[in-house]
Amino acid sequence: MYSLIPVLCVRDIMSLIRALPGSAAQGLIWGIMAIGVFLTFKILDFADLTVDGTLGTGGAVTVMLILAGYPPVVAVAAAMVAGILAGVITGILHTVLGIPAILSGILTQISLYSINLNIAQGKANQAVSVDAYNLIVSGRDNTHTIIIVAAIIVVIIAVLYWFFGTEVGFTIRATGCNENMSRAQGINTSVAKVIALGFSNGLVGFSGGILSQYQGNFDVNMGRGAIVIGLASVIIGEVIGESIFGKKLNFSGRLAFVAIGSIIYYVVIQFVLWLGLPTIDMKLFSAIVVAIFLAVPYLKGKSKNSYKKAAKGGA
Amino acid sequence: MLEINNIYKTFNLGTINEKKALNGADIKLEEGDFITVIGGNGAGKSTMLNAIAGVWPIDSGSIVIDGNDVTGLPEHKRAPYLGRVFQDPMNGTAATMEIQENLALAARRGQRRGLKWGITKSERTHYRELLRTLDLGLEDRMTSKVGLLSGGQRQALTLLMATLKKPKLLLLDEHTAALDPKTAAKVLELSDKIIAENNLTAFMVTHNMRDAIVHGNRLIMMNEGRVILDIKGAEKKKLTVEDLLQKFEEVSGEEFDNDKALLG
Repeated sequence: MYSLIPVLCVRDIMSLIRALPGSAAQGLIWGIMAIGVFLTFKILDFADLTVDGTLGTGGAVTVMLILAGYPPVVAVAAAMVAGILAGVITGILHTVLGIPAILSGILTQISLYSINLNIAQGKANQAVSVDAYNLIVSGRDNTHTIIIVAAIIVVIIAVLYWFFGTEVGFTIRATGCNENMSRAQGINTSVAKVIALGFSNGLVGFSGGILSQYQGNFDVNMGRGAIVIGLASVIIGEVIGESIFGKKLNFSGRLAFVAIGSIIYYVVIQFVLWLGLPTIDMKLFSAIVVAIFLAVPYLKGKSKNSYKKAAKGGA
Repeated sequence: MLEINNIYKTFNLGTINEKKALNGADIKLEEGDFITVIGGNGAGKSTMLNAIAGVWPIDSGSIVIDGNDVTGLPEHKRAPYLGRVFQDPMNGTAATMEIQENLALAARRGQRRGLKWGITKSERTHYRELLRTLDLGLEDRMTSKVGLLSGGQRQALTLLMATLKKPKLLLLDEHTAALDPKTAAKVLELSDKIIAENNLTAFMVTHNMRDAIVHGNRLIMMNEGRVILDIKGAEKKKLTVEDLLQKFEEVSGEEFDNDKALLG
């Protein structure tokens, strides 16, 4: 009886370790989405909730096109275009129609729920089997997925590094930092915002396209809570990147750490599930993690500079 | 160089907060004019400057810069003509971008921006030389984020950015008001130097009557959204703060009587 416990433990740890490649693969795929979130949240200073809908749009477009006989590569390219369109619509709601940023994102996100169902011909779930189609990635082969997606991320980071070094890239960075100054320098800040939102959601749609192939289906709820996962990855990546490299981390390094943050997020999720957290509590757990990470910098600043401390005479 | 023709602007029209900010303001600037603008709170100084910059559209009248009617142009489309320095030092620069990147943004004011590099190697050398002229040691911190600079340093940088591409008109909106007296004096001195060296046409709003007298070749006073006093050349050189205060009372007093007469 007693000798059984260590055996169980060993088997348990093995099950965790066996799950790691899957976590890493999923983390990388979501990492593409998280890089999209980074563009809006960190560079444009725009909390874009469109992404919850865009991820599903990418999945729906990809699965339906593959089922219609298009090559998977064409399908994910279309998913990216669909994502760009979604981002542009949020941008137009915000800049042309003057709707606050968060609400613009929510409106697009909600409308995408219907649109995604329409794309999927009214079904909440559409399967695409790796046996029947030559998919780019699949949950059955995690090693292959990790290599392919890691290579894609390298390309994405390279393209973004180039883009944000161009004149147009500069206008987006300036707009996210100081709109008054940007306009005074002749930058059309509305255009800059729309471009950034398009770029960001294009990546999210692309990520949804890859994810749907990985999991072998489109699900209408696949994007629910995506923004939280994206923010978690951005913040975890930032904290870890800065703790290793300090403030010296350059732009491509920061992007790479967003993807790494996403992997860590999935490994942590896997770990807490292994510890016995019920699956239904996962989103609650994610939200709490993000809330803590967002609160820490604020509370840290406050503890250094607080009324309580002042009352004690700075002691 | 600049023609402001009888412009009107009312904020919050039809509400209890209705405010006639510009009430037939009218002024012409010649090329090379360095004009200082004074007036009490709510006189319309900054409003006039914002009207020129196109922060919002005016209700009536017209604004012509160097022969181009810009009345119908939004803010970013007027930027090619204008260099601007704001009251708040945080406002004129992008804090999360490097010093050299901020300069590169300013160097492209009024140009079409495409997919060429946002900053080139030859630009960097040029900026280093320019920053050296500020004598603030910024030439050795070109890759530092602007957010790390002090208010005075940021204002000096903004001034450099505003004039990097020679503007038709330089707009200075109480640009030393948020600085300590010593830094304010330094930034004003720098403004004078840059304006003189580049022979710029400039429009400087200030709260400080002494500054308004000492700097520039022309002084206007605003009250209730109108230009009530315009002093140039030799007459301005002789001006003292006392003169100005007296004139202010004279002119605004007259205004008051006129209003009373109208109401009566």
